[in-house]
Amino acid sequence: MELVLALAIGVLAASGVWLLLRPRTFQVIIGLTLISYAVNLFIFCIGGLRTGADPVLREGADIAQYTDPLPQALVLTAIVISFATTALFLVVLLASRGLTGNDHVDGKDGTP
Amino acid sequence: MPYDSAALAMLSLPFLASVVVLMVRGRQWATWLMIATAAACLLLAVGIYPAMDGGHALRHVIHWVPSLGLDLVLRVDGFSWLFLMLICGIGLLVGVYARYYMPPDDPLDRFCALLLAFMGSMLGIVMSGNVIQLVFFWELTSIFSFLLIGYWNQGASAREGARMALIVTAGGGLCLFAGMMLLGHIVGSYDLDVILAAGERVRADALYTPMLVLVLLGALTKSAQFPFHFWLPQAMSAPTPVSAFLHSATMVKAGVFLLLRFWPVLSGTDAWFWLVGGTGLLTLLLGATAAVFQQDLKAVLAYSTISHLGLITMLIGLGSTLGAVAAIFHIVNHATFKASLFMAAGAVDHEAGTRDLRRLGGLRHFMPITATLAVIASAAMAGVPLLNGFLSKEMFFAVALTTHRGPAVDMAAAAIAVLASAFSVVYSLRFAVGVFFGPARDDYPRQPHEPPRWMRLPIGLLALACVLVGMLPARVIGPPLRAAAYSVLGEDTPTFSLAVWHGLTPPLFMSAIALVAGCVVYVVLRGYFAGRETLPLLGRFSGRRMFEWVLTLLTATLPAALEGAFPSRRLQPQLLLIVLAASLAAGTAMWGSSLPLSLHGSGVDPAFALLWLLGGACAVGAATQAKFHRLAALLLTGGAGLVSCISFVWLSAPDLAATQLLVEVVTAIVILLGLRWLPKRISGMAPDTRRARLRRHRDMVIAAGVGLGLATLAYAAMLHPVADSISHFFLERAYTEGGGHNVVNVILVDFRGFDTMGEISVLAIVALTVFALLRRFRPAIESVDAPAQQRLQAAFEASDNGATTSVVADYLRIPGLIVQLMAPVIVLFGLHLFLRGHDLPGGGFAAGITVSVALVLLYMARGARWVEVRLRVAPLRWIGAGLLLAVSTGLGSIAFGYPFLTSHSRHAEVPLLGELPLATAMLFDLGVFCVVVGATSLMLVALAHQSLRRPRVLEMAAESGEER
Repeated sequence: MELVLALAIGVLAASGVWLLLRPRTFQVIIGLTLISYAVNLFIFCIGGLRTGADPVLREGADIAQYTDPLPQALVLTAIVISFATTALFLVVLLASRGLTGNDHVDGKDGTP
Repeated sequence: MPYDSAALAMLSLPFLASVVVLMVRGRQWATWLMIATAAACLLLAVGIYPAMDGGHALRHVIHWVPSLGLDLVLRVDGFSWLFLMLICGIGLLVGVYARYYMPPDDPLDRFCALLLAFMGSMLGIVMSGNVIQLVFFWELTSIFSFLLIGYWNQGASAREGARMALIVTAGGGLCLFAGMMLLGHIVGSYDLDVILAAGERVRADALYTPMLVLVLLGALTKSAQFPFHFWLPQAMSAPTPVSAFLHSATMVKAGVFLLLRFWPVLSGTDAWFWLVGGTGLLTLLLGATAAVFQQDLKAVLAYSTISHLGLITMLIGLGSTLGAVAAIFHIVNHATFKASLFMAAGAVDHEAGTRDLRRLGGLRHFMPITATLAVIASAAMAGVPLLNGFLSKEMFFAVALTTHRGPAVDMAAAAIAVLASAFSVVYSLRFAVGVFFGPARDDYPRQPHEPPRWMRLPIGLLALACVLVGMLPARVIGPPLRAAAYSVLGEDTPTFSLAVWHGLTPPLFMSAIALVAGCVVYVVLRGYFAGRETLPLLGRFSGRRMFEWVLTLLTATLPAALEGAFPSRRLQPQLLLIVLAASLAAGTAMWGSSLPLSLHGSGVDPAFALLWLLGGACAVGAATQAKFHRLAALLLTGGAGLVSCISFVWLSAPDLAATQLLVEVVTAIVILLGLRWLPKRISGMAPDTRRARLRRHRDMVIAAGVGLGLATLAYAAMLHPVADSISHFFLERAYTEGGGHNVVNVILVDFRGFDTMGEISVLAIVALTVFALLRRFRPAIESVDAPAQQRLQAAFEASDNGATTSVVADYLRIPGLIVQLMAPVIVLFGLHLFLRGHDLPGGGFAAGITVSVALVLLYMARGARWVEVRLRVAPLRWIGAGLLLAVSTGLGSIAFGYPFLTSHSRHAEVPLLGELPLATAMLFDLGVFCVVVGATSLMLVALAHQSLRRPRVLEMAAESGEER
């Protein structure tokens, strides 16, 4: 499991970083989304992987039977914030497109 | 304690009055309030004098964060009392003076407010019993001084002078802050009394020298010592009352106040002697010579102030106890005669219309009273017997003769002391004789006459003080001076005699030499001084030019060079640098540490592997398609998101899965709404250059490196045994203290509620920013028109006159109906998520997004107009209400005596619904819910509305086309 998830994080991050370095605004926004998936999974996996151990308390269960709730709380916050940044970036992107007339990240078309 | 409350009142009155002044408006009220406040503070200061009886210090502590050593400590001893009197007394006189000096058409409310606030900050410095508090008020004086120097902000010189003063003094203040932190670190306390008692330990500490240098940087910049003296002459573009108050009597004295305050702790070392004494000596000489060559009255006074401050600094630096006494005495004397001289210069400027020495002269014929007063004050500055300046100067000579650093130093100190005094005689003569004596001229810019009585009164009172102290020193200044000296020096206070006549002592001869030499030089070189614009020899070295050079270097040259080195106007290289720097940081951290990269993980579930094969393919697909096929890329990204969502379910994180799924939906909708405004990009549109191919390959290598690194790191992190974290605490206390079974939700709304509070604030801010940006949104002209499909369909329907059924009118009719029916169900589901959130996966975030999804689905299926006719959504109100609810829930706990955001929980029986967990955290979660609903729908609706605004944009485009 660990190996699969680690590879998954790697692939997501690599695709994201590659897009981040592209010249078109839409590519960057998709790249940021992919990177945020990778980072969320990364933070989440720090607490260790457990199946069937939801951190929802049941009667008479031992603490060791639950997975670590802390990374989950962190990631929950991160998910919402990454949505907010995506929306903000999208609007900046649209405004820049309206102002400069193209969708290059520097507002100057010409370089691929 | 009446004294304690008096001190507290003295500190708070000026600040309160400063706010009130801004509210009353009107010149009369503002000035009267300022004068009354200064008078009240003066009375309070006089009133607390008995508390200082017998060398006691008044001390009043208001605890703030005792664990960090941060308290509001008011501490008044004999030394600070002397300063209190100076600040309040001269503040009062300056207030009266300013009322008549300032132009009559100026409402003065801002001026009075700033002056009062400055007075309060100055009192704050003097009364601070905690060094951090001291630094705080110190920086406040820098800020108010900045605002006061730039009071006439129409003038470029005022703005420039203000900026320079702020940069120098506030920069010094930052150094002082660092120095005080170090001092606090050495002593282990920020309390002034503790620090003053730990002198031995501080001087022996290894950090003594850096700390001393930092503290001195603060003190010397404030007191305009060489090489930071240049801001003071520039600050003379301030209104004259400000110069009289801030730049002669009080603010510039803050530096020497600090030196004397920490005298018992810092002085007595070689570093102190050479740094403080040397700076003082250089400044004394430099200021005195520069003052002689100035043509502007206020510049003469500014440089003479620098020189006198240098004198005081040198006295402090010599390290003898008598030197400290002389310094305190001279601070008081200088404040009295210099403030009156500034006011006299202001009166001359006010009545004769110029401050240029070359255009003045003979004014005693027109303003005899002012002339008399100004001559008395300048005589005090020159050190003429029977005036206060003479006494402190004699004390200075006595100290200079006995530095006990070897005969050479003694001789040099004595010679320099005489030389500087001779210079001060010269510039005093230039001021007094050059302005008031000589024949009456007929070419003054304005016909001079005596200034109003209330403008003369403050000058007169200060001149009277000079005479009184000069004639009856022991009676007038003796006891407070002794108390001040005692509170600085303690048991080491030397015996000193304050008398006009000490017999034929060496200091008396030195005084005589200085006076005679000064007079001779003035008479001989009078014409030479009047003809010069700059200093001989030193004229080329200008602190001001150096300052500007450094400033240009820091704000223009260096950034430009950096920008040249890293081509940072362009985003791609910037991002590349960020990615590389982050990889480098991670790489160096990982380098050498042996990561436990064994293959001992839990076994691989083939289904999970297959799932991620799909996920990875989606991610790579998105990366390749994002340029030419945006919709496909968006869908593929969604696929990757869904796979990570499933992983969350798989790996026991149902809350995450729910939230991720919902956020995924909303993100997709947001981006879909934006897609329409992006330009078409078709494969093969631009030729693929070799450079572009190279760049792609390079980026691919970097991306692969990052991915590999992150994968390794993640793998190592997962195999690493989890350290004992605070998670156990959360698991154990979630139900007993948070009243909820869903630990993640309890952490968010209860244990770490404060974080969530910040998060919803961010969300609200982002939503408002999106809203604001879109209000002024100007789409590119070519994407303003309706999309090609809509246009084709409309053209087709128009061509066959509605013979076939109209697609445009019935657009999405069936889905619209379904969504319309489903919307209440979705909202209900959102509420369900919200209510169960505390015990089962769900919660405010998920619920909020669900409800806004319902709304957006309606918008999409039915169109914005249809929805808005039937439904009034006010996202801004949702956001406001949510934030208010969250904050007031937090504040509610304060009402019950608990810290902010403490929650209370109880399970209660509710009719119809059965037993429900009711915690105040639930109310907080409701706030979160409202903010999320408001923010999400605000963003979505604002985006959706852009298409509705289209006709107007088209009209505008047409108009601009016609104009062309």
